[in-house]
Amino acid sequence: MDRNAVSERLTGVLVSELGLDADKINDGANFEEDLDVDSLGVVELLMALEDEFDVKIPDEEAESIVTVGQAIDMVQGKL
Amino acid sequence: MTSQRRRVVVTGMGAITPVGLDVESSWSAIKNGVSGIGHTTLFDTKDYKTTISGEVVAWDTDAHFDRKDSRRLDRFSEFFIVASRQALAQSGLAYSEDSEGSARAGVMVGAGFGGMGSFIDEINLLSERGPGRVTPTGVPKIIPNMAAGLVSIEANLTGPVSCVVTACSASANAVGDAAEIIRRGAADVMVAGGAEAAITTFGIASFNQARALSTRNDDPEGASRPFDLDRDGFVMGEGGASLVLESMEHAQSRDAEILGEVTGYGMSADAYHITLPRPGGMGASRAMKSAIDDAQLDVSDIGYVNAHGTSTQANDSTETAAIHLALGEAAGNTPVSSTKSMTGHLLGAAGAAEAVVSLMALRDQVLPPTINQVTADPECDLDYVPNEAREASLDHVMSNSFGFGGHNVSLIVSRV
Repeated sequence: MDRNAVSERLTGVLVSELGLDADKINDGANFEEDLDVDSLGVVELLMALEDEFDVKIPDEEAESIVTVGQAIDMVQGKL
Repeated sequence: MTSQRRRVVVTGMGAITPVGLDVESSWSAIKNGVSGIGHTTLFDTKDYKTTISGEVVAWDTDAHFDRKDSRRLDRFSEFFIVASRQALAQSGLAYSEDSEGSARAGVMVGAGFGGMGSFIDEINLLSERGPGRVTPTGVPKIIPNMAAGLVSIEANLTGPVSCVVTACSASANAVGDAAEIIRRGAADVMVAGGAEAAITTFGIASFNQARALSTRNDDPEGASRPFDLDRDGFVMGEGGASLVLESMEHAQSRDAEILGEVTGYGMSADAYHITLPRPGGMGASRAMKSAIDDAQLDVSDIGYVNAHGTSTQANDSTETAAIHLALGEAAGNTPVSSTKSMTGHLLGAAGAAEAVVSLMALRDQVLPPTINQVTADPECDLDYVPNEAREASLDHVMSNSFGFGGHNVSLIVSRV
Protein backbone atom coordinates (compact mmCIF):
# COMPACT_ATOMS: atom_id res chain seq x y z
CA MET A 1 0.00 0.00 0.00
CA ASP A 2 1.50 3.36 -0.92
CA ARG A 3 1.72 6.20 1.54
CA ASN A 4 -1.23 8.08 0.05
CA ALA A 5 -3.48 5.07 0.43
CA VAL A 6 -2.40 4.62 4.06
CA SER A 7 -2.95 8.31 4.68
CA GLU A 8 -6.43 8.18 3.22
CA ARG A 9 -7.50 5.17 5.26
CA LEU A 10 -5.93 6.56 8.40
CA THR A 11 -7.75 9.86 7.95
CA GLY A 12 -10.97 7.89 7.51
CA VAL A 13 -10.40 6.15 10.86
CA LEU A 14 -9.65 9.43 12.61
CA VAL A 15 -12.86 10.95 11.33
CA SER A 16 -15.23 8.02 11.63
CA GLU A 17 -13.91 6.35 14.76
CA LEU A 18 -12.61 9.27 16.77
CA GLY A 19 -14.84 12.03 15.45
CA LEU A 20 -11.94 14.30 14.49
CA ASP A 21 -12.34 17.25 12.15
CA ALA A 22 -11.19 16.15 8.64
CA ASP A 23 -10.15 19.67 7.67
CA LYS A 24 -7.54 19.82 10.40
CA ILE A 25 -5.89 16.49 9.57
CA ASN A 26 -2.56 16.75 7.75
CA ASP A 27 0.90 15.23 8.07
CA GLY A 28 2.19 17.88 10.42
CA ALA A 29 -0.87 17.96 12.69
CA ASN A 30 0.02 17.21 16.31
CA PHE A 31 -2.61 14.96 17.90
CA GLU A 32 -2.72 16.62 21.29
CA GLU A 33 -2.04 20.22 20.26
CA ASP A 34 -3.76 20.56 16.89
CA LEU A 35 -6.45 17.88 16.97
CA ASP A 36 -7.45 18.14 20.62
CA VAL A 37 -6.83 14.44 21.26
CA ASP A 38 -5.96 13.82 24.93
CA SER A 39 -3.70 11.06 26.26
CA LEU A 40 -6.59 8.56 26.45
CA GLY A 41 -7.53 9.53 22.91
CA VAL A 42 -4.06 8.71 21.62
CA VAL A 43 -4.42 5.19 23.02
CA GLU A 44 -7.86 4.86 21.42
CA LEU A 45 -6.44 6.10 18.15
CA LEU A 46 -3.63 3.55 18.10
CA MET A 47 -6.09 0.76 18.89
CA ALA A 48 -8.29 1.89 16.02
CA LEU A 49 -5.28 1.84 13.70
CA GLU A 50 -4.30 -1.65 14.85
CA ASP A 51 -7.78 -2.84 13.95
CA GLU A 52 -7.98 -0.98 10.65
CA PHE A 53 -4.59 -2.10 9.33
CA ASP A 54 -4.28 -5.40 11.24
CA VAL A 55 -0.92 -4.42 12.72
CA LYS A 56 0.57 -4.48 16.22
CA ILE A 57 1.83 -1.24 17.73
CA PRO A 58 3.95 -1.92 20.83
CA ASP A 59 3.67 0.59 23.68
CA GLU A 60 7.26 1.79 23.32
CA GLU A 61 6.66 2.70 19.67
CA ALA A 62 3.29 4.21 20.46
CA GLU A 63 4.83 6.69 22.84
CA SER A 64 6.90 8.28 20.08
CA ILE A 65 3.92 9.05 17.86
CA VAL A 66 2.94 12.67 18.16
CA THR A 67 1.83 13.71 14.67
CA VAL A 68 -0.42 12.31 11.96
CA GLY A 69 2.61 11.94 9.64
CA GLN A 70 4.45 9.82 12.19
CA ALA A 71 1.41 7.58 12.55
CA ILE A 72 1.21 7.09 8.79
CA ASP A 73 4.92 6.24 8.55
CA MET A 74 4.71 3.79 11.41
CA VAL A 75 1.69 1.99 9.96
CA GLN A 76 3.26 1.85 6.49
CA GLY A 77 6.45 0.43 7.95
CA LYS A 78 4.47 -2.49 9.38
CA LEU A 79 2.45 -3.41 6.31
CA MET B 1 -25.96 27.48 64.57
CA THR B 2 -28.48 29.82 63.09
CA SER B 3 -31.95 29.43 64.51
CA GLN B 4 -33.50 29.31 61.07
CA ARG B 5 -32.09 26.89 58.54
CA ARG B 6 -31.60 27.86 54.92
CA ARG B 7 -34.57 27.06 52.70
CA VAL B 8 -33.93 25.14 49.50
CA VAL B 9 -35.99 25.83 46.40
CA VAL B 10 -36.17 24.35 42.91
CA THR B 11 -35.55 26.70 40.00
CA GLY B 12 -35.02 24.31 37.11
CA MET B 13 -36.01 20.82 36.05
CA GLY B 14 -35.09 18.44 33.27
CA ALA B 15 -36.22 14.94 32.43
CA ILE B 16 -35.62 12.25 29.85
CA THR B 17 -38.14 9.46 30.40
CA PRO B 18 -39.82 6.60 28.54
CA VAL B 19 -42.81 8.93 28.06
CA GLY B 20 -41.05 12.10 26.94
CA LEU B 21 -37.76 13.81 26.18
CA ASP B 22 -38.33 16.75 28.50
CA VAL B 23 -40.34 17.67 31.58
CA GLU B 24 -43.41 19.07 29.84
CA SER B 25 -43.90 16.18 27.43
CA SER B 26 -43.23 13.59 30.15
CA TRP B 27 -45.66 15.27 32.53
CA SER B 28 -48.30 15.61 29.85
CA ALA B 29 -48.11 11.87 29.10
CA ILE B 30 -48.19 11.00 32.81
CA LYS B 31 -51.20 13.23 33.47
CA ASN B 32 -52.99 11.57 30.58
CA GLY B 33 -52.21 8.04 31.65
CA VAL B 34 -50.03 7.24 28.63
CA SER B 35 -47.83 4.17 29.02
CA GLY B 36 -44.23 4.24 27.82
CA ILE B 37 -43.79 0.47 27.98
CA GLY B 38 -43.15 -1.49 24.79
CA HIS B 39 -41.16 -4.35 23.32
CA THR B 40 -37.46 -4.09 24.06
CA THR B 41 -35.31 -3.07 21.09
CA LEU B 42 -32.00 -2.28 22.81
CA PHE B 43 -30.87 -5.91 22.65
CA ASP B 44 -32.11 -9.21 21.26
CA THR B 45 -34.51 -10.61 23.88
CA LYS B 46 -34.91 -14.03 22.25
CA ASP B 47 -33.72 -16.04 25.27
CA TYR B 48 -35.16 -13.76 27.93
CA LYS B 49 -38.24 -14.27 30.07
CA THR B 50 -39.01 -10.55 29.92
CA THR B 51 -39.07 -8.92 26.50
CA ILE B 52 -40.66 -5.60 27.44
CA SER B 53 -39.33 -2.42 29.00
CA GLY B 54 -39.70 1.33 29.10
CA GLU B 55 -37.08 2.52 26.66
CA VAL B 56 -36.33 6.13 25.84
CA VAL B 57 -37.26 5.23 22.28
CA ALA B 58 -36.56 8.39 20.34
CA TRP B 59 -33.17 9.01 21.94
CA ASP B 60 -30.77 10.54 19.43
CA THR B 61 -27.27 10.80 20.86
CA ASP B 62 -25.98 12.71 17.83
CA ALA B 63 -28.56 15.44 18.36
CA HIS B 64 -26.92 16.25 21.70
CA PHE B 65 -23.24 15.31 21.44
CA ASP B 66 -20.34 15.41 18.99
CA ARG B 67 -19.14 11.96 18.10
CA LYS B 68 -15.78 12.79 19.67
CA ASP B 69 -17.53 13.21 23.03
CA SER B 70 -20.31 10.66 22.77
CA ARG B 71 -17.94 7.75 22.16
CA ARG B 72 -16.77 8.26 25.73
CA LEU B 73 -20.24 8.48 27.23
CA ASP B 74 -22.43 5.73 28.48
CA ARG B 75 -26.12 6.15 27.76
CA PHE B 76 -26.85 6.88 31.44
CA SER B 77 -24.46 9.84 31.41
CA GLU B 78 -26.04 11.16 28.22
CA PHE B 79 -29.42 11.14 29.96
CA PHE B 80 -28.09 13.00 32.99
CA ILE B 81 -26.15 15.58 31.00
CA VAL B 82 -29.10 16.43 28.77
CA ALA B 83 -31.58 16.52 31.68
CA SER B 84 -29.17 18.82 33.53
CA ARG B 85 -28.84 21.09 30.48
CA GLN B 86 -32.63 21.41 30.46
CA ALA B 87 -32.72 22.14 34.19
CA LEU B 88 -29.94 24.72 34.05
CA ALA B 89 -31.52 26.42 31.03
CA GLN B 90 -34.82 26.74 32.89
CA SER B 91 -33.08 28.09 35.99
CA GLY B 92 -31.29 30.75 33.94
CA LEU B 93 -28.00 29.92 35.70
CA ALA B 94 -24.83 29.72 33.65
CA TYR B 95 -21.22 29.69 34.78
CA SER B 96 -17.98 30.25 32.97
CA GLU B 97 -14.56 29.08 34.14
CA ASP B 98 -13.95 32.30 36.03
CA SER B 99 -17.48 32.88 37.32
CA GLU B 100 -17.44 34.00 40.91
CA GLY B 101 -20.34 31.73 41.92
CA SER B 102 -18.95 28.63 40.29
CA ALA B 103 -17.28 27.36 43.47
CA ARG B 104 -20.61 27.70 45.30
CA ALA B 105 -22.36 25.45 42.77
CA GLY B 106 -22.11 21.67 42.62
CA VAL B 107 -23.63 18.46 41.31
CA MET B 108 -25.04 15.37 43.01
CA VAL B 109 -26.02 12.39 40.91
CA GLY B 110 -27.69 9.16 41.93
CA ALA B 111 -27.44 5.96 39.94
CA GLY B 112 -28.02 2.35 40.77
CA PHE B 113 -25.44 1.02 38.36
CA GLY B 114 -23.85 3.66 36.16
CA GLY B 115 -22.63 2.51 32.78
CA MET B 116 -23.88 -1.06 32.82
CA GLY B 117 -24.11 -1.32 29.04
CA SER B 118 -20.54 -0.13 28.64
CA PHE B 119 -19.35 -2.51 31.35
CA ILE B 120 -20.90 -5.43 29.46
CA ASP B 121 -19.28 -4.29 26.19
CA GLU B 122 -15.87 -3.96 27.83
CA ILE B 123 -16.08 -7.35 29.53
CA ASN B 124 -17.06 -8.89 26.21
CA LEU B 125 -14.04 -7.26 24.57
CA LEU B 126 -11.84 -8.52 27.35
CA SER B 127 -13.07 -12.10 27.06
CA GLU B 128 -13.14 -12.19 23.27
CA ARG B 129 -10.04 -10.22 22.37
CA GLY B 130 -7.92 -9.98 25.50
CA PRO B 131 -6.73 -7.22 27.83
CA GLY B 132 -5.06 -5.26 25.05
CA ARG B 133 -8.41 -4.47 23.43
CA VAL B 134 -10.17 -3.01 26.44
CA THR B 135 -10.69 0.68 25.76
CA PRO B 136 -8.78 3.25 27.79
CA THR B 137 -12.00 5.16 28.44
CA GLY B 138 -13.76 2.04 29.75
CA VAL B 139 -13.54 2.88 33.43
CA PRO B 140 -14.57 6.53 33.07
CA LYS B 141 -17.57 5.39 31.03
CA ILE B 142 -18.73 2.93 33.65
CA ILE B 143 -18.29 4.62 37.01
CA PRO B 144 -21.58 6.11 38.23
CA ASN B 145 -20.09 9.33 39.61
CA MET B 146 -18.90 10.25 36.11
CA ALA B 147 -22.32 11.66 35.24
CA ALA B 148 -21.80 14.27 37.98
CA GLY B 149 -18.22 14.87 36.89
CA LEU B 150 -19.29 15.42 33.29
CA VAL B 151 -21.96 17.95 34.25
CA SER B 152 -19.48 19.78 36.45
CA ILE B 153 -17.01 19.91 33.55
CA GLU B 154 -19.57 21.06 31.00
CA ALA B 155 -21.30 23.61 33.22
CA ASN B 156 -18.20 24.82 35.12
CA LEU B 157 -19.52 23.85 38.54
CA THR B 158 -16.57 23.64 40.94
CA GLY B 159 -18.30 23.27 44.31
CA PRO B 160 -19.36 19.98 45.93
CA VAL B 161 -19.64 17.27 43.26
CA SER B 162 -20.52 13.75 44.30
CA CYS B 163 -22.59 10.65 43.75
CA VAL B 164 -24.95 8.40 45.67
CA VAL B 165 -25.29 4.72 44.82
CA THR B 166 -28.24 3.29 46.75
CA ALA B 167 -29.99 1.23 44.09
CA CYS B 168 -33.52 2.44 43.39
CA SER B 169 -33.44 5.15 46.01
CA ALA B 170 -30.19 6.67 44.68
CA SER B 171 -31.50 9.83 43.10
CA ALA B 172 -33.98 10.52 45.89
CA ASN B 173 -30.91 10.46 48.12
CA ALA B 174 -29.09 12.67 45.63
CA VAL B 175 -31.82 15.32 45.76
CA GLY B 176 -32.04 15.09 49.55
CA ASP B 177 -28.29 15.15 50.10
CA ALA B 178 -27.90 18.09 47.71
CA ALA B 179 -30.58 19.98 49.63
CA GLU B 180 -28.68 19.24 52.86
CA ILE B 181 -25.48 20.61 51.34
CA ILE B 182 -27.27 23.88 50.58
CA ARG B 183 -28.96 23.92 53.98
CA ARG B 184 -25.65 23.68 55.79
CA GLY B 185 -24.22 26.47 53.67
CA ALA B 186 -21.63 24.48 51.74
CA ALA B 187 -23.13 25.54 48.39
CA ASP B 188 -25.76 27.93 47.06
CA VAL B 189 -26.70 25.91 43.99
CA MET B 190 -26.75 22.16 43.37
CA VAL B 191 -27.68 20.33 40.20
CA ALA B 192 -29.18 17.14 41.61
CA GLY B 193 -30.77 14.12 40.04
CA GLY B 194 -30.14 10.71 38.66
CA ALA B 195 -29.82 8.57 35.60
CA GLU B 196 -29.99 4.92 34.65
CA ALA B 197 -29.65 2.90 31.48
CA ALA B 198 -29.82 -0.73 32.55
CA ILE B 199 -32.08 -2.19 29.87
CA THR B 200 -29.26 -4.53 28.96
CA THR B 201 -28.68 -8.25 28.70
CA PHE B 202 -27.29 -8.55 32.20
CA GLY B 203 -29.76 -6.09 33.73
CA ILE B 204 -32.81 -7.95 32.47
CA ALA B 205 -31.32 -11.42 33.02
CA SER B 206 -30.37 -10.74 36.60
CA PHE B 207 -33.69 -9.17 37.61
CA ASN B 208 -35.45 -12.02 35.79
CA GLN B 209 -33.52 -14.57 37.82
CA ALA B 210 -34.57 -12.72 40.97
CA ARG B 211 -38.21 -13.05 39.77
CA ALA B 212 -38.53 -9.28 40.06
CA LEU B 213 -39.69 -8.39 36.54
CA SER B 214 -43.11 -8.62 34.98
CA THR B 215 -43.34 -11.23 32.24
CA ARG B 216 -46.58 -9.89 30.82
CA ASN B 217 -44.86 -9.73 27.43
CA ASP B 218 -48.07 -9.89 25.40
CA ASP B 219 -49.44 -6.74 27.02
CA PRO B 220 -46.60 -4.25 27.50
CA GLU B 221 -48.81 -1.29 28.36
CA GLY B 222 -50.68 -3.33 30.95
CA ALA B 223 -47.58 -4.85 32.52
CA SER B 224 -46.75 -2.24 35.14
CA ARG B 225 -49.79 -2.37 37.42
CA PRO B 226 -48.78 -1.21 40.89
CA PHE B 227 -51.22 -2.13 43.66
CA ASP B 228 -53.43 -4.18 41.29
CA LEU B 229 -54.12 -7.74 42.41
CA ASP B 230 -52.70 -9.17 39.18
CA ARG B 231 -49.35 -7.38 39.30
CA ASP B 232 -46.46 -9.70 38.51
CA GLY B 233 -43.31 -7.63 38.90
CA PHE B 234 -41.79 -4.35 37.83
CA VAL B 235 -41.07 -3.21 34.29
CA MET B 236 -37.62 -1.76 33.79
CA GLY B 237 -37.47 1.78 32.49
CA GLU B 238 -34.54 4.08 31.85
CA GLY B 239 -33.85 7.79 31.71
CA GLY B 240 -32.56 10.71 33.67
CA ALA B 241 -33.89 13.62 35.67
CA SER B 242 -32.22 16.67 37.08
CA LEU B 243 -33.26 19.53 39.34
CA VAL B 244 -31.55 22.82 40.03
CA LEU B 245 -31.71 23.36 43.78
CA GLU B 246 -30.88 26.73 45.17
CA SER B 247 -30.96 28.47 48.51
CA MET B 248 -34.04 30.65 48.80
CA GLU B 249 -31.86 33.77 49.25
CA HIS B 250 -29.80 32.98 46.18
CA ALA B 251 -32.90 32.41 44.05
CA GLN B 252 -34.60 35.55 45.33
CA SER B 253 -31.52 37.69 44.89
CA ARG B 254 -31.59 36.99 41.16
CA ASP B 255 -35.38 37.03 40.84
CA ALA B 256 -35.47 33.43 39.69
CA GLU B 257 -38.79 31.73 39.13
CA ILE B 258 -39.33 29.34 42.03
CA LEU B 259 -40.95 26.04 41.08
CA GLY B 260 -41.26 24.62 44.58
CA GLU B 261 -39.34 23.94 47.75
CA VAL B 262 -37.62 20.82 49.07
CA THR B 263 -38.96 20.86 52.62
CA GLY B 264 -38.45 17.34 53.88
CA TYR B 265 -35.93 14.53 53.56
CA GLY B 266 -35.99 11.34 55.54
CA MET B 267 -34.24 8.01 55.27
CA SER B 268 -34.08 4.75 57.09
CA ALA B 269 -32.89 1.20 56.60
CA ASP B 270 -34.84 -2.01 56.84
CA ALA B 271 -31.82 -3.96 58.12
CA TYR B 272 -33.65 -7.08 57.00
CA HIS B 273 -32.83 -8.60 53.60
CA ILE B 274 -30.81 -7.86 50.46
CA THR B 275 -33.82 -7.46 48.17
CA LEU B 276 -37.06 -7.92 50.15
CA PRO B 277 -38.68 -5.14 52.15
CA ARG B 278 -39.18 -5.73 55.86
CA PRO B 279 -42.72 -7.11 56.18
CA GLY B 280 -45.13 -4.78 57.87
CA GLY B 281 -43.54 -1.64 56.41
CA MET B 282 -41.93 -0.36 59.61
CA GLY B 283 -38.69 0.57 57.86
CA ALA B 284 -40.30 2.60 55.10
CA SER B 285 -42.73 4.24 57.52
CA ARG B 286 -39.82 5.62 59.53
CA ALA B 287 -38.38 7.30 56.43
CA MET B 288 -41.76 8.93 55.74
CA LYS B 289 -42.20 10.07 59.34
CA SER B 290 -38.72 11.45 59.41
CA ALA B 291 -39.34 13.44 56.20
CA ILE B 292 -42.59 14.82 57.65
CA ASP B 293 -40.76 15.82 60.84
CA ASP B 294 -37.97 17.37 58.82
CA ALA B 295 -40.51 19.46 56.94
CA GLN B 296 -42.16 20.40 60.25
CA LEU B 297 -45.51 19.25 58.92
CA ASP B 298 -48.42 17.28 60.25
CA VAL B 299 -49.36 14.01 58.56
CA SER B 300 -52.61 15.60 57.35
CA ASP B 301 -50.62 18.25 55.44
CA ILE B 302 -49.43 15.68 52.91
CA GLY B 303 -51.84 16.14 50.01
CA TYR B 304 -50.49 13.38 47.80
CA VAL B 305 -47.96 10.58 47.96
CA ASN B 306 -46.03 9.67 44.83
CA ALA B 307 -45.41 6.08 45.80
CA HIS B 308 -42.43 3.91 45.07
CA GLY B 309 -45.13 1.54 43.77
CA THR B 310 -43.00 -0.78 41.68
CA SER B 311 -45.68 -3.35 40.76
CA THR B 312 -43.90 -6.16 42.61
CA GLN B 313 -45.94 -8.27 45.01
CA ALA B 314 -43.77 -7.41 47.97
CA ASN B 315 -43.28 -3.69 47.46
CA ASP B 316 -46.83 -2.58 46.90
CA SER B 317 -48.46 -4.28 49.86
CA THR B 318 -45.57 -3.40 52.17
CA GLU B 319 -45.53 0.21 51.03
CA THR B 320 -49.28 0.39 51.62
CA ALA B 321 -48.77 -0.88 55.16
CA ALA B 322 -45.93 1.61 55.62
CA ILE B 323 -48.12 4.52 54.51
CA HIS B 324 -50.76 3.43 57.02
CA LEU B 325 -48.13 3.35 59.76
CA ALA B 326 -46.69 6.72 58.80
CA LEU B 327 -49.89 8.67 58.18
CA GLY B 328 -52.20 6.90 60.60
CA GLU B 329 -55.83 7.86 60.13
CA ALA B 330 -54.86 10.41 57.50
CA ALA B 331 -53.78 7.57 55.18
CA GLY B 332 -57.36 6.90 54.14
CA ASN B 333 -57.78 10.49 52.94
CA THR B 334 -54.43 10.79 51.21
CA PRO B 335 -54.27 9.97 47.53
CA VAL B 336 -51.32 7.80 46.56
CA SER B 337 -50.28 6.96 43.01
CA SER B 338 -47.47 5.23 41.23
CA THR B 339 -46.38 6.89 38.02
CA LYS B 340 -44.21 3.83 37.41
CA SER B 341 -47.42 2.37 36.01
CA MET B 342 -46.60 4.53 32.96
CA THR B 343 -42.85 5.09 32.99
CA GLY B 344 -41.77 1.73 34.29
CA HIS B 345 -39.11 1.71 37.00
CA LEU B 346 -36.24 4.06 36.25
CA LEU B 347 -34.21 2.39 39.04
CA GLY B 348 -31.58 4.87 40.23
CA ALA B 349 -33.21 7.67 38.24
CA ALA B 350 -36.67 7.04 39.67
CA GLY B 351 -36.41 9.23 42.77
CA ALA B 352 -35.40 12.35 40.86
CA ALA B 353 -37.87 11.70 38.03
CA GLU B 354 -40.65 11.31 40.57
CA ALA B 355 -39.55 14.43 42.44
CA VAL B 356 -40.06 16.24 39.13
CA VAL B 357 -43.50 14.62 38.77
CA SER B 358 -44.35 15.68 42.34
CA LEU B 359 -43.39 19.29 41.59
CA MET B 360 -45.49 19.26 38.42
CA ALA B 361 -48.42 17.89 40.42
CA LEU B 362 -48.01 20.88 42.76
CA ARG B 363 -47.79 23.28 39.85
CA ASP B 364 -50.91 22.04 38.08
CA GLN B 365 -52.77 20.93 41.23
CA VAL B 366 -53.34 17.60 39.56
CA LEU B 367 -52.89 14.08 40.90
CA PRO B 368 -51.32 11.82 38.27
CA PRO B 369 -53.04 8.44 38.06
CA THR B 370 -51.95 4.87 38.65
CA ILE B 371 -52.96 3.19 35.42
CA ASN B 372 -53.86 -0.48 34.94
CA GLN B 373 -56.06 -0.58 38.02
CA VAL B 374 -58.48 -3.39 37.25
CA THR B 375 -58.77 -5.69 40.25
CA ALA B 376 -58.31 -4.39 43.76
CA ASP B 377 -55.88 -6.17 46.04
CA PRO B 378 -57.29 -6.46 49.58
CA GLU B 379 -53.79 -5.77 50.90
CA CYS B 380 -53.66 -2.51 48.94
CA ASP B 381 -56.52 -0.46 50.30
CA LEU B 382 -55.54 3.17 49.71
CA ASP B 383 -56.82 5.67 47.16
CA TYR B 384 -54.44 5.02 44.28
CA VAL B 385 -55.98 7.59 41.90
CA PRO B 386 -57.01 4.73 39.61
CA ASN B 387 -56.62 5.14 35.86
CA GLU B 388 -57.44 8.83 35.57
CA ALA B 389 -55.80 12.00 36.80
CA ARG B 390 -57.73 14.13 39.24
CA GLU B 391 -57.72 17.74 40.30
CA ALA B 392 -56.78 18.41 43.89
CA SER B 393 -55.69 21.14 46.22
CA LEU B 394 -52.06 20.42 47.04
CA ASP B 395 -49.48 22.18 49.18
CA HIS B 396 -47.15 19.32 50.07
CA VAL B 397 -46.29 16.14 48.20
CA MET B 398 -44.28 13.22 49.53
CA SER B 399 -42.31 10.99 47.17
CA ASN B 400 -41.08 7.56 48.25
CA SER B 401 -38.11 5.63 46.89
CA PHE B 402 -36.83 2.33 48.21
CA GLY B 403 -33.79 0.35 47.14
CA PHE B 404 -32.21 -3.11 47.28
CA GLY B 405 -30.14 -3.18 50.41
CA GLY B 406 -33.06 -1.97 52.48
CA HIS B 407 -32.78 1.76 51.73
CA ASN B 408 -35.91 3.81 52.34
CA VAL B 409 -36.00 7.45 51.28
CA SER B 410 -38.81 9.99 51.38
CA LEU B 411 -38.71 13.51 50.00
CA ILE B 412 -41.29 16.23 50.55
CA VAL B 413 -41.72 19.07 48.08
CA SER B 414 -43.97 22.02 48.78
CA ARG B 415 -45.55 24.98 47.08
CA VAL B 416 -43.89 28.31 47.79
